[in-house]
Amino acid sequence: MSKEKKGVRLDHISKIYQDPKTKKEFYAVQETTLEIEPGTFVTLLGPSGCGKTTTLRMIAGFESPDEGEIYLGGEPINALTPNKRDTAMVFQSYALLPHYNVFDNVAYGLKLRKLPKEEIRQKVTNILKLVELEGMEERMTNQLSGGQQQRVALARALVLEPGVLLFDEPLSNLDAKLRVVMRTEIRKIQQKVGITAIYVTHDQSEAMSISDKIIIMSKGKVEQIGSPREVYYRPNSKFVADFIGEANFLDAKVISAGDGRAVIEVNGEKMEVNNYIGRKAGENASLVLRPEAVTLSDAGHLPCTVILSTFMGSYQYYQVTVGGVTVQITDYNPVNKKIFEVGEKAYLDFDTNGVYIL
Amino acid sequence: MARRQSAELDRKKLLADPVMVTTIVLLIAFLTLFILYPLAILLVDSFISEEQGITLSIFQRVMGLSNFRRAITNTLKVGFLVGIASALIGLLFAYVEVYVQLRTRFLGGLFKVVSMLPVVSPPFVLSLSMIMLFGKAGIITRFLLKIYDNSVYGFWGIVIVQTLTFFPVCYMMLKGLLKNIDPSLEEAARDMGASRFKVFMTVTLPLLLPGIGNAFLVTFIESIADFANPMIIGGSYDTLATTIYLQITGAYDKEGAAAMAVILLCITLVMFIVQKYYLEARSTATLTGKASRMRMLITDRSVTLPLTILCGALALFVIVMYVCVPFGALFRTWGYDFHLTTKWFQMVFTRYKGFKAFKDSFVLSLIASPITALLSMIISYLVVKRNFKAKGFIEAVSMLAMAVPGTVLGIGYIRGFSGGLFGTGILQGLYGTGAILVIVFIVRSLPTGTRSGISALRQIDKSIEESAYDMGADSFKVFMTVTLPLIKDSFLSGLVTAFVRSITAISAIILLVTPSYLLITVQINEFAEKGSYGIACAFATILIVITYGAVLLMNLVMKFFGTSRKLKEE
Repeated sequence: MSKEKKGVRLDHISKIYQDPKTKKEFYAVQETTLEIEPGTFVTLLGPSGCGKTTTLRMIAGFESPDEGEIYLGGEPINALTPNKRDTAMVFQSYALLPHYNVFDNVAYGLKLRKLPKEEIRQKVTNILKLVELEGMEERMTNQLSGGQQQRVALARALVLEPGVLLFDEPLSNLDAKLRVVMRTEIRKIQQKVGITAIYVTHDQSEAMSISDKIIIMSKGKVEQIGSPREVYYRPNSKFVADFIGEANFLDAKVISAGDGRAVIEVNGEKMEVNNYIGRKAGENASLVLRPEAVTLSDAGHLPCTVILSTFMGSYQYYQVTVGGVTVQITDYNPVNKKIFEVGEKAYLDFDTNGVYIL
Repeated sequence: MARRQSAELDRKKLLADPVMVTTIVLLIAFLTLFILYPLAILLVDSFISEEQGITLSIFQRVMGLSNFRRAITNTLKVGFLVGIASALIGLLFAYVEVYVQLRTRFLGGLFKVVSMLPVVSPPFVLSLSMIMLFGKAGIITRFLLKIYDNSVYGFWGIVIVQTLTFFPVCYMMLKGLLKNIDPSLEEAARDMGASRFKVFMTVTLPLLLPGIGNAFLVTFIESIADFANPMIIGGSYDTLATTIYLQITGAYDKEGAAAMAVILLCITLVMFIVQKYYLEARSTATLTGKASRMRMLITDRSVTLPLTILCGALALFVIVMYVCVPFGALFRTWGYDFHLTTKWFQMVFTRYKGFKAFKDSFVLSLIASPITALLSMIISYLVVKRNFKAKGFIEAVSMLAMAVPGTVLGIGYIRGFSGGLFGTGILQGLYGTGAILVIVFIVRSLPTGTRSGISALRQIDKSIEESAYDMGADSFKVFMTVTLPLIKDSFLSGLVTAFVRSITAISAIILLVTPSYLLITVQINEFAEKGSYGIACAFATILIVITYGAVLLMNLVMKFFGTSRKLKEE
């Protein structure tokens, strides 16, 4: 792509909305500061109502921030209307123009820029080849499948060679299998053209598979920013640990701490685990156990009782109680392993070097 | 909390769009000048007299007139009865169409015609035919029943004619609501052991009640505002609209007429507000359930037979009344000499300047309709899709126009423009021209067009326009390349509705028209009042042909150029 890719910076951005029923004002986005490097694929991830779509719409220009400034490629853009911003958006509902065919949909933005006819034709042809829609130029948009409509929406945004590409939950209207196909496709195309992309989703597996960096939001605030590995293996809050993947939490007391490690006491048992967020001696903490990081055995760390044992094919699914707390365990590839039945006593088995407290 | 920045930014963004700003400013100017100002001037006129300053004496004077007090009770009595009768007949028709298995195609066709008629017919056609069927020389009264001195003029005449004119509107409104009732609600009640009648009384009717109230009030307002029917068939039974008309054209009492107009406006306004903000929302709120599947139609003969006969008879009666009009123009002397003749039609064009009348009406309506259609689409776009400060004003004023009776608007224009703005002579040139007639046409049809535009636009996903905006189109481009093409059907039907409404309009126009313009409706009114029914019928027949032709043309155009057809096929 010939045009330069741009970075985006949000500087203490807030957006205030009014609840239509109670007339109370609340922060949809609060004091958010972000730096998005040019050419990276960044995902805004969070449960519905966390402010991720509002943030995206402020970058596109559909909403105006109440505090702070947004920069695109170093330029402040707060006062620019959406049509003057160097962004292009792929909408959740695709928002294809229903009275135009595929070609005219993709050419729409180019025509507005008054490009010569031949150049428009060339660009549209190239981009349709990129999204594998060659030969579909004359189709009306309602004659396309969901996945094809998605490709048109993507092509229409890409063809403008915007500084930033914005995605607003673009795959949520597709069925599960197609979602997986399309997200790999989107990632491939983004890497090929090297464009900056900001992607909004509430689907954590989508975010993990597609992004260079994930920004996890909750209640209008940024919870954590990091690569998929970082947010999965080193979440810095219980919210993030629980939202990304599954997590069990066991109450723990910090006995001593130092140098990224800590000795803790759980259910009367002492063990040394990772302490990424720097808990201090004497504090109450939670030991985080991912279901796939734990197995059951006859000898191990913490005694437990099995209350549910289900064969799921690729793994054996257990629920056990540890000192009154229910813990979920997914024991992968259970062939030739001992299967524990409901009511049996067992021990949790995990590598203390691989688990951490929050 | 610091909300100021977003408001400030939104304003900056708006100002960066000069076409949009200009449109909004022009629109506000138009609405203020031609809707708010004439109504405001009525208030000024009726509260301020030259000798006493601010005073209630003008109101005291008109309330002292016994004929005005009578007119108020008359109007309310008629409106109440017409509202109830229309809502009930409308309910009957809607119920039969949605719930009852119709045995013949014929009846379905009848229903369709009945729902079309009020759209294409001039407002006073039924009064004409009522007189011709049941009056002194009426075919039914005089020749079938041998009653020689039957009087149709007065209370019952108005009630019957208005009911027959307005019930199709109720029928269409209630049909829409009934279709939205989920059949499984009623099936559940039946399943629990309720009889069909019990189901109607305990499920269907309660769900529909706000809708019926809504239909009742809409008709009530229409009846109160109606000028033409009371004028022709009212005889000495005066309603508010006719009293005001006579007050200004007969007694030349401008202040008095203004005060009366204010009272009439207050009545319709109160009802309109109740209807709009209380009933309209409720009537649909209870019926959110989409019909999950087809309704089992009632086939039980003991139910279907009486209902279809009743509806069929009513529908036929209405149609006969309309058919009577062309015959009125073809008989030599109605009621006495039934030889066919074309002399009335000839007289229309030879002696009574028919060509000029049709040309004037036609041309003025033709100018008004595209402006109306475009304006209403722009207003709906702004109201539904955009956010800006003056939006509430634009929405409120264009809806307000719906509640203003034509007579009130006419008086307002006389008072507001005959001496120029505020009597200063500015814009005085407008008064008495064709332009002011065109403006009245526009103002009178704007609310209907806006309403249909708004409901059409609400169906369109907001992000479609946002995507165009995002790709670099400004508001003007978005409107022209996306919004308008997507609501083309609504635009086309708005075009025709505006044309038909304009060419059949009379209540405000009759107060403003000058001898240099001959309008068909005014001619019909004049001849009907004189008792020259042959001429009146000839004019009315040609008018119906024109309006019907326009509607046919619209359907044809929509069939070939409409957007929705192409988009709907999947």
